[in-house]
Amino acid sequence: MSDGPIPSPGGPLAALTEPRPVRIALSLAAVAFLTLFLLLPLAVVFVEALSNGIGRYLATFAEKDAQAAIRLTLLVAVIAVPLNVAFGLCASWAIAKFEFRGRNLLITLIDLPFSVSPVVAGLIYVLIFGAQGLLGPFLQRHGIEVIFAVPGIVLATVFVTFPFVARELIPLMQDQGTTDEEAALTLGASPWRVFRTVTLPNIRWALLYGVLLCNARAMGEFGAVSVVSGRIRGLTNTMPLHVEILYNEYNYVAAFGIASLLALLALVTLAGKSFLEWRHADSLAGRGAH
Amino acid sequence: MSSAAVLPEVRPRARFRRPSALPGFRLTFGLAVAYLTLLVLLPLAVLLLRASGIGPAGLWALVTDPRNLAALRTSFGLSLAAAAIDAVFGLLIAWVLTRYRFPGRRLIDALVDLPFALPTAVAGIALATLYAPNGWLGAPLAALGVKVAYTPLGILVALVFVGLPFCVRTVQPLVAEIDKSSEEAAAILGASRLRAVVTVILPPLVPAMLTGFALAFARAVGEYGSVIFVAGNLPYVSEIAPLLIVIKLEEFNYAGATAIAAVMLLMSFAALLAINLIQDYSRRRFGHV
Amino acid sequence: MTAGYAPTDTVALHRDSVRARAAEVAAPRRVRHAGTAVRVDGIVKSYGGQGPAALEGVSLAIEPGELLALLGPSGSGKTTLLRVIAGLEIPDGGRVFFGSDDTTDIPVQRRGVGFVFQHYALFRHLTVFENIAYGLRSRPRAHRPSEADIARRVERLLELVQLPTLAKRFPGQLSGGQRQRVALARALAVEPSVLLLDEPFGALDAQVRKDLRRWLREIHRETGQTTIFVTHDQDEALELADRIAILNRGRIEQVGAPHEVQDHPVSRFVMSFVGETARLPAEVADGRVWVGGRAILDAQAGWPQGAVDLCVRPWDLAVGQAPGALPGTVHEWRRTGRGTVAEILLDGAEAAVEVQVTEVYEPGDRVALVAAAARVFARG
Repeated sequence: MSDGPIPSPGGPLAALTEPRPVRIALSLAAVAFLTLFLLLPLAVVFVEALSNGIGRYLATFAEKDAQAAIRLTLLVAVIAVPLNVAFGLCASWAIAKFEFRGRNLLITLIDLPFSVSPVVAGLIYVLIFGAQGLLGPFLQRHGIEVIFAVPGIVLATVFVTFPFVARELIPLMQDQGTTDEEAALTLGASPWRVFRTVTLPNIRWALLYGVLLCNARAMGEFGAVSVVSGRIRGLTNTMPLHVEILYNEYNYVAAFGIASLLALLALVTLAGKSFLEWRHADSLAGRGAH
Repeated sequence: MSSAAVLPEVRPRARFRRPSALPGFRLTFGLAVAYLTLLVLLPLAVLLLRASGIGPAGLWALVTDPRNLAALRTSFGLSLAAAAIDAVFGLLIAWVLTRYRFPGRRLIDALVDLPFALPTAVAGIALATLYAPNGWLGAPLAALGVKVAYTPLGILVALVFVGLPFCVRTVQPLVAEIDKSSEEAAAILGASRLRAVVTVILPPLVPAMLTGFALAFARAVGEYGSVIFVAGNLPYVSEIAPLLIVIKLEEFNYAGATAIAAVMLLMSFAALLAINLIQDYSRRRFGHV
Repeated sequence: MTAGYAPTDTVALHRDSVRARAAEVAAPRRVRHAGTAVRVDGIVKSYGGQGPAALEGVSLAIEPGELLALLGPSGSGKTTLLRVIAGLEIPDGGRVFFGSDDTTDIPVQRRGVGFVFQHYALFRHLTVFENIAYGLRSRPRAHRPSEADIARRVERLLELVQLPTLAKRFPGQLSGGQRQRVALARALAVEPSVLLLDEPFGALDAQVRKDLRRWLREIHRETGQTTIFVTHDQDEALELADRIAILNRGRIEQVGAPHEVQDHPVSRFVMSFVGETARLPAEVADGRVWVGGRAILDAQAGWPQGAVDLCVRPWDLAVGQAPGALPGTVHEWRRTGRGTVAEILLDGAEAAVEVQVTEVYEPGDRVALVAAAARVFARG
């Protein structure tokens, strides 16, 4: 160039970022998209729930069926989450601390429930435990109810929340390796003590993270549960199913009332998740899609 | 020289697991595999068994039944479209959230995961209310002559909602890790910003975008809760495959339900395989997923 | 295996390196106990594909109170051997004895070893005090000391490792050298029958490493603890150890005191791994050693015949004229703190060696070097 360097309009670093108008346009586009698709649906839940005043809103929860639905949802989560925590701990210990054939296959299989439609998840249990199912006649003879009863709901919930804890722990424990455990062993610690005093503290935040996501899904699952539940009010109705019933009865305030409770749960989950990612980022691993 | 010159006759056996001093492999592996088999693998096997029990001819008849076919077409077509939209906006959002600083960025970043955390039924009734002809967005759109709720467009909106976080979260870490120096190198070599973005920055992100696309697609195909409220559920028009499974089940048409489920399951496996292949390729080509 | 000898023992003795002698002097005069503290016998360990280095039949005995170095390049199997002794790896064959007890099948928790990991493996969520107390608190209730006893012992150990004020800190708040000391205190707390250190100074910078070396030597003298440490650093091994076991590709090449392995290497590998070596292709024939068609020196009894490698320590080389002088070319010449040094590439050698000189040279000057001592090893 004969005239020497031309000062570029955006300053000397313009070549390393986009021009200011482009940046603003891109940011606005992203924020608009998120507002449209995420923020507005969230807002509408609370607005609709409170549309007839706080009194009507609170009355929603005084109703017997609503309380039964809340109780059942809590019960299902209290059973499904610990089961998947136990599984997640076992699977990640075996996969992350040992080398064996088929390890990668096992990891893939653990992720399988994520790519199965919730409706299909419900269906497979109907095909096994339903009246015309594989074990149906046997169960009927012994008076055991699985489908259209609480056990079926728990099974379906366990299926859809199956991978959450394990997939949080596996990459982290693989990263951490085995030296801490080996150190504890050379110091004479028993296996249980090694797990309790060394492994568990090392993975506690990732475990909490997994539990958080697992719980949110367990309490919010709709498709799988709706297939196996039979929607018997007060008996096999979880909160998401109760939302559907109320909505289909045009009882919007009550539907959105229960929905607002679930949305709050989602917000608490997101807050807890963000807090863990912010405060304990180095104790988590394998951030990615869930 | 104190090492014994005797070579003991011990050869490595082909073994299932490398010996380790750590305890608990048998217990944890056994429990994990038993749990996985009982709760996931056996039930899925039963489904496939049932489907194969119908026989290929019967299965083909069920799958090609016009209403089933229409539902599968709706599900797969709209899921592809939704995943494509998510892939584009996912990249945009990931880019803006990692590259630019503006107030409320952290909050918005946290909000991206809302579709993971919000129960689908809640999302469904919220979207239906929002896009209903008298809703906040439905009313202005109706004035423009666009009907969203209770049409395939409504399904698309719901599927975009559920798939979005996959596309943001797979791309975002890579945007954050883009090597500044390769951008700088492009600039030093005289590339314009647009050229640098297109030739240097985007190509390594493509596999992640594809992974996000595949994940969003797989999720969308199976999605039920958020769709049924906003779809209108008109046979041949806005009826999705998962809903049809539920309908068949309510009619005690187990064979019909099983056939559709089997097709969907196979598609899930195909998507899973595709994701693994993309990640494998990306690892070899770019050294990351 | 090849054999190599110094031309004359007297010459070799005079040229004991100062370093080796220092190590000898530093060795504590202690009564040698009868028997061995640790003995491994024919240890075989292999891995399919990648993983730690394999072992191909390793036998070694460690005397009570001894400080032994396992020295070798990476992939030689030294860490694997250490882990086999600890019980962290299960060997495919061979036995491990502690004293007269066969411990091969005893799990690591009950072997009573102290192990210091390369990256310390301190428990991040426990304080320094709790880390050191961990082993004592892991004992079965019947053998567990009271909390007061534990506190006393931890305090004593903290004094031993010179960190008496850091009990309440967490590992993340310590420097690398301090972490290393805590790791050592934690390993010593269980009163191990043998202390095992895996590259104990590998992750530290040079100055800290030097200090810790001296300090470890002192601790060893104070406690008389049987100790095995792994290192790839020959200086570390020569300076610290009573004896050195040199490993190469899963086998032990030589075991001996520092001056033995340095001055009487049994193989070309040992010679070139322990100390600098100039190496030339040569031939032994008619009772003489030939390099480039010229007889350099007389062959010793027992030297291999035919194609050999002639190995010379750089400090055994001097510029001079003699019938057996080796020709070479000066690459570079420079002054250093210890005098002037010329980098000389001997004709036929692959790499240049640094030789102390008294004159001024230009790059490209031809010189002749006289070897005061040399060794030959069969090629291949």
